[in-house]
Amino acid sequence: MTKHNRAKFQPSGKIQFGVFFQGVNSGTIWKAPESGSQTDFESFRRVVQTAERGLFAAFFLGEGLRLREHLGRPHALDVAGRPDAQTMLAALASVTKNIGLVATQNTTYNDPADLAHRLSSLDLISGGRAAWNVVTTDNAWTGANFRRGGYLDHADRYKHAEAFVETAKRIWDSWETPAGPARRVIHSGQHYTVDVTPRLPRSAQYRPVLFQAGDSPEGRDFAARQADVIFSAHPKFDDAVEFRADIVKRSLAAGRAANDVKIMPASEFILAATDVEAREKKEWVRSLQIGPQQAIAYLEQFWGRELSEYDPDGPLPDIDPVVEETSETRGSGFHGAKARQLADQWRAEAKDKGLSIRQFVTSRTARVDATFTGSYSAVADHLAEYARVGAVDGFNISPWLIPTGLDDIVNHLVPELQERGVYPTKYAGSTLRGNLDLPSIAE
Amino acid sequence: MTHLSKAGFLAIELDSAGWDGAGFGPGSDAGFSSLAEAVLAAESAGFHVATFADSPAPGRANALQRAAFAGPVTRNIALVPEVDTVYTEPFHISTQLASLDYVSGGRAGWIATAAGTPEAAAAVGRTLVEGGALAQEAAASIEVGRRLWDSWEDDAVIRDVATGRYLDVDKLHYADFETPADFPGPGYSVKGPSIIPRPLQGQVPVLAAASLVGDGQVPRDAVDAVLVSAPTPELLPDEIRDVRTRLGGSAAIVAELDVVLDSRGQAAGSRAGAESGRARFAGSAAGLTNYLELLLAEADGVRLHPASLAVELDELSRLVLPELRRRGALRAPLQDGTFREVLGLERPESRYARPSTHAAADAVGARSAGNQGRP
Repeated sequence: MTKHNRAKFQPSGKIQFGVFFQGVNSGTIWKAPESGSQTDFESFRRVVQTAERGLFAAFFLGEGLRLREHLGRPHALDVAGRPDAQTMLAALASVTKNIGLVATQNTTYNDPADLAHRLSSLDLISGGRAAWNVVTTDNAWTGANFRRGGYLDHADRYKHAEAFVETAKRIWDSWETPAGPARRVIHSGQHYTVDVTPRLPRSAQYRPVLFQAGDSPEGRDFAARQADVIFSAHPKFDDAVEFRADIVKRSLAAGRAANDVKIMPASEFILAATDVEAREKKEWVRSLQIGPQQAIAYLEQFWGRELSEYDPDGPLPDIDPVVEETSETRGSGFHGAKARQLADQWRAEAKDKGLSIRQFVTSRTARVDATFTGSYSAVADHLAEYARVGAVDGFNISPWLIPTGLDDIVNHLVPELQERGVYPTKYAGSTLRGNLDLPSIAE
Repeated sequence: MTHLSKAGFLAIELDSAGWDGAGFGPGSDAGFSSLAEAVLAAESAGFHVATFADSPAPGRANALQRAAFAGPVTRNIALVPEVDTVYTEPFHISTQLASLDYVSGGRAGWIATAAGTPEAAAAVGRTLVEGGALAQEAAASIEVGRRLWDSWEDDAVIRDVATGRYLDVDKLHYADFETPADFPGPGYSVKGPSIIPRPLQGQVPVLAAASLVGDGQVPRDAVDAVLVSAPTPELLPDEIRDVRTRLGGSAAIVAELDVVLDSRGQAAGSRAGAESGRARFAGSAAGLTNYLELLLAEADGVRLHPASLAVELDELSRLVLPELRRRGALRAPLQDGTFREVLGLERPESRYARPSTHAAADAVGARSAGNQGRP
């Protein structure tokens, strides 16, 4: 390996792909004839094996520990109900060889010793391909499903998560040799008491790879200290370049090398043979992602009342929301927004742009910034630019169709990228850490 | 339960090594790729059920994940991990077991255990739970699991394009579990509904040691099968009859047996390892066949704990299982069957299901109705 300046970021010249099988929310179309099951194992097998055929670095599963609600009842309009991430990934390990298996798991509703053990198991079962996407939750509404309840203050959640991750790392570090014995791990802190003699040795990649998605300054610092990969919300080119620079700065401040933390933004691809066809396809995709009922329901979350009397193809409701603050029980992303102020703002914006309810909601909810639309070759050219400057290390793709949503990406986009020399032509190795070109962990 | 045919079923414990440490090595990659080989060998030998101990011994991966890994590589054998009920979150366990049912095509089961060691408590920083409280912890976790599995009725996913509804919300239900007033530890509640649709089997079969089941413990009707142990093979048939009398035939009886066989010119006695507390058969394949025929006349099934998985599985598949089937003591394996079918259980309706015309009134949203869903 050539020596280089650890403090200077070096673009790899390549991008990689991951796939995020979402299993919830409006991004996945369930109304098309080709929309498959969200729970049958065959859907998962089809997606992961297609991804592996396309040399994807990772297969990613999310987690939501309480079913989304709408006006006090479960939300009916979107895909919902998904298998447990680690259980599904353990099964997928038996039908794959190289692709990484990323489980989103919550630090708030797990115990460090138990979660570290299970992630270690997944890592060993998969031959060193496991990763943990670290998330935190702090609301009592989710806590109602757990023995420990909603015990955590919002302000404490990163402190809590960091203590959790550090304890997990100590557990994974505890076997001095492949045959053991393990060092006992004792932690007694504000949030956890752990006293355990870990049961499992290191895996082929030493320990699970860590993903993290926090975007606040605090979240970015947490990622720069602890994570291997950031599942970012910055896929647009200029934004991605800026985000990279920020993460490099924070990584150096945390004592890590400039290239240590990889970045893979969430993204969506709508592709076809020509740009025109791709734009037409996009209209079709959006119309199925945000139907008339979903558009009304979206506004109801903020208005706090039924709006079924309003025409989805007409203007935004002229009445005011019945609540001042939106509530976390109505789903993610709305915490604490001032509902009336927001309604005024939105009415003005929609009127200004001449948007109907449905058009307005589509413009807000569809992954506008995260969607790459165009012909295979045009999108490949665009992605090659990201690779050239190292704006990202890859994209974590959410297919809008299950289980066939990766087919055109793997069959058409990947070869275009390979021709341009910006996408792998084989797996570098059999571990996720190796395939992501992450630094190996010092003994 | 439905009366089983006279011929019984056989289960085999696939801990990554037998209790003498031979067989499949722990920890190494070779050990884990052998898991697929081991479970396939058990399936092709004609075992109906593979179980996965959640052993605290070094080198053992999580039992539920090992069972999940085995799902896609097998077709007929039921996959039944041990999962603790004391130091775990019942909501997670319920989701994980339902997921195991999906990845195995309806072949999941659950051996509900109650960890009683100080080490298990210290690992998660909880106060040690002991004695009678263990069974009450298990009872609460099983009840949470069962309610959550029913919290999505079978046809809750409707995909109704005309109305834009993916789910029929009237077919989703809050579990609204609360620990009983006499719960020994800190009480808790679980809201629901589940975050995964109803398992393929409707209810994942639940097994527990017979010693955990009874009055003031895990209720008889909360388990589908009990694991029955005795100190010696001679005492096992009597113990089976006692348990059947005590539990009144509501649960299937699975006898527990350690097995060490004469093999490759080595007498069984020379390979006998440490005591497990279970009855142990040590001897020839022919002797074991006779003994199992006798046991299967008393029990609904027998679970074998081989001294060394590799050694005993070879003898069992060549000499013991074919002969038991020939004698009519052992059922042929079910092709593409569910674990419930192995146990002779019908697929149950959700406890919350109502005749469709009344569904709306009692569904989620009518908050007070959550606890009274049992028909």
